[in-house]
Amino acid sequence: MSFVSDTRADSAVPQPPSSKLVKSTLAAVLRIFLPVLLALVVGGLILFAMGKNPLDYYGYVLNRGLFSWGGFQATLTRMVPLLLMAAGLIVAFRAGIWNLGGDGQFLLAAVITAALAPALIQVMPRSLMIICCIVVSVAVSALWALLPALLKARYGINEIITSLMMSFLGISFANVLVKLVFRDPTTTVPQTPDLPVADRLPRLFDTTVHAGILIALVVIVLVHIMMTRTSFGLKLQIVGANPRAAVHAGLNVAWLTIATFALSAGLIGLAGSIEILGVWGTVRADWNPAYGLVVVPLVFLARFHGIGTIGFTLFFAILMIGGESASRRIGVPQHYVLVLVALLLLFLALVEYLDQLWRKRVKD
Amino acid sequence: MAQETVSARAAGASSGRVPAIAVTGITKRYPGVVANDDVSLAFHAGEIHVLLGENGAGKSTLIAMLAGMQQPDSGEILLAGRPMRLTSPRVSLDHGIGTVFQHVLLVPSLTVIENLMLGGPWWQRLNKAPALARFAELSGLLGVSIDPDAQIGRLSLGQQQQVEIMRALWRGEQVLILDEPTSMLTPQGVRDLGEVLKRLRDKGVAIVLITHKMQEAYEFGDRISVLRLGRLVGSIEPGRRATMSQHDVTEEVIHLMFGARDKTGGEVDVLLGQHRRRADRNIANQSPRLIVRHLSTVAERGECPIRDVSFELRPGEILGIAGVDGNGQKHLAEVLAGQRPAAEGEIVIGDRNVTVGGVEARRELGLRYITDERLGEGTVGIFSVATNLVLKEIGRPPLWRNGLTLWDKVNQQARDQIRTYDIRTPSERTPIAKLSGGNIQKALLARELTETASIAIFNKPTYGLDLHNIRLARERIRDGAEKGLATIVISTELDELLELSDRIGVMFQGRLAGIVDNAGQAERQIGLLMTGAAQG
Repeated sequence: MSFVSDTRADSAVPQPPSSKLVKSTLAAVLRIFLPVLLALVVGGLILFAMGKNPLDYYGYVLNRGLFSWGGFQATLTRMVPLLLMAAGLIVAFRAGIWNLGGDGQFLLAAVITAALAPALIQVMPRSLMIICCIVVSVAVSALWALLPALLKARYGINEIITSLMMSFLGISFANVLVKLVFRDPTTTVPQTPDLPVADRLPRLFDTTVHAGILIALVVIVLVHIMMTRTSFGLKLQIVGANPRAAVHAGLNVAWLTIATFALSAGLIGLAGSIEILGVWGTVRADWNPAYGLVVVPLVFLARFHGIGTIGFTLFFAILMIGGESASRRIGVPQHYVLVLVALLLLFLALVEYLDQLWRKRVKD
Repeated sequence: MAQETVSARAAGASSGRVPAIAVTGITKRYPGVVANDDVSLAFHAGEIHVLLGENGAGKSTLIAMLAGMQQPDSGEILLAGRPMRLTSPRVSLDHGIGTVFQHVLLVPSLTVIENLMLGGPWWQRLNKAPALARFAELSGLLGVSIDPDAQIGRLSLGQQQQVEIMRALWRGEQVLILDEPTSMLTPQGVRDLGEVLKRLRDKGVAIVLITHKMQEAYEFGDRISVLRLGRLVGSIEPGRRATMSQHDVTEEVIHLMFGARDKTGGEVDVLLGQHRRRADRNIANQSPRLIVRHLSTVAERGECPIRDVSFELRPGEILGIAGVDGNGQKHLAEVLAGQRPAAEGEIVIGDRNVTVGGVEARRELGLRYITDERLGEGTVGIFSVATNLVLKEIGRPPLWRNGLTLWDKVNQQARDQIRTYDIRTPSERTPIAKLSGGNIQKALLARELTETASIAIFNKPTYGLDLHNIRLARERIRDGAEKGLATIVISTELDELLELSDRIGVMFQGRLAGIVDNAGQAERQIGLLMTGAAQG
């Protein structure tokens, strides 16, 4: 977990510039980009072994995800849920709370928004409808996270397990809601009533990118400022870095744990709500983009740094958007991107381990 | 095994000149420090060899190399005259070199014999019969009787240490190394340990005893060696030792340890355990600052709760809390600080009942708790010195405005405090865990003993510090009391309490067994109370 601590020390205490700093920055850059590079190379080798040209694949990825106008807009749109979920995870992870219930929290908020929006738009203007949907969905997600939060705060039960289990429950529950409660009776496919395109989040200028990207960018910057510049953020980091010191300093650890969970789940809920208001307008039964677990490695790669996360989500959104069409063109499974994610995680851990070993050797 | 022991003893007695284990010209460097600089020492069978030295003198590094945990950069380790590479703790143990560390390293939930059987090859089934035979053999060697099926957690610390010694000797009894073994023991426990050590010595074990107490060095040591700043600065040979009086030994050791430094300084007093009692001051007519009535706590597993503790504390008074570690001192400190709820009883500060208030409420009334776990709970190790200096002020003006951290002011204040309190750190932004224990303690004292403090609770304030910092910390405590601070000092070092306190309370099994005035025969009375033999 040392890299967790690195971020904390850096953010709490900016180091003065020196040659040592240049060296450590270089090392940090290596620690971040080496896993990415290795994942791309080994991913390429796997493609090669499958008889495909890896350069073609990566070329398509870049072309479609970054260098074509339509693709780039899709990439920016995809960044929205990723960024907001990352913001939620940063809050939790920096406080030492491993909220892995992101998918359940995301999907519940999405379903609530999808159910509310078409109904509310009948009785109120669009802006008010959007605000209402967001508030209610965020509240539902935060409430959903209350159970693991209370179990952790009151009984010290490991939140990794409880939040992950709650995630499965949340996904299933969201499906139940779609199929039994909010189902649109006019369609054959079980799904919620559609929110007309004109009533969704406004688009930016002449693009297909919706206003959610602005919300997401503002939120991630605000989260970063909160964690590094406010007393609340500092308290959360103390709870994360040394819970016993938090008790010693008189911090209300139970309350902070619950607040962290609520905030984290709320931000993830915001991601779900905005994804429906901006892109889909409806939730189909069994729809689950499963962003929750792919965002986790991104947040780790960025070492819980809010601004750094923007870069990594961009990278990953390119990979997702470009990868979808690249897979189709050269004929590999669509989920090949997930193979890259898995490789990334492996190499992330490996580089971290080697780094530890190296530091230890330097110390000795 | 028994025969081996006998033959080893015979060999040791007849040849005499081949040491059981020796180091020659050993050097070990860490970045920035030479921990051991060309040290040559011999440890003979049938001899207790005391190693003296301040913290940082290189004692720990030396035993770490003998225990196989560190490798020397240069120099050799000779085992019975033959060069040997001790590449791991297991290799050391296999050669009959066992180490007893300062803290008990046994599994409290397992029995004595289970603890001793740990560390066998993993593919073998646990076989109790030979283990029991070996246990009986070692019990005879040590001259102790412990139930092999007793749970470790139920034994006294003295008995646990005896089990530690058995474990150290488990695979051979050539060399026994003990690192400050008396710090956790009662006076009676220390005497018992002395008996065991002398017995083992007479059976031909080479014993290396590390201590920082002059009294023990004189009492137990056949040979005394002094380390200073990584170098061996002198030894007192057994032949010479026999002809010297306690006074001579003390003089010589002080000279070796402090060299040309001023011998009248406080460090010498600390070493000798001499204490200049505080002058009696008239504090009785003041109204109590802190009143504790019938206070009890609830214990979690493995902890000792406090039961029905009552006392009063006046401004300017120092109340010492003595007792063997683990008799409720931790709970007492925590419940007073507000970190732990009281199950029964009440706590009154001035005229305010604060029993239900937490850390913050009590801090506002001037109560400060300086914890013994400086890195465990006192600080966040990876955070900067500056952040740690304001750990208990987060969110309050003037360093915070509307919840925003004013980092420039935080750092500025830290720089001031670092200068005022002589905290040695590269910068206020250095992670505090990189500082030495003494400097972390200085930072904690700077944080806690501000102008608004009126009650201070010190838990083992000098634990793990070097002589210089011990003296500084004690001066700080005394100065605080002179300025009217109502002070509680919890310590396992009786000398420290006798030096500082006006009154000394003794904790035994969670109760305040008695409070004695620090005068005359206090020591004896405290010793009795510590073991539960007397009610005060």
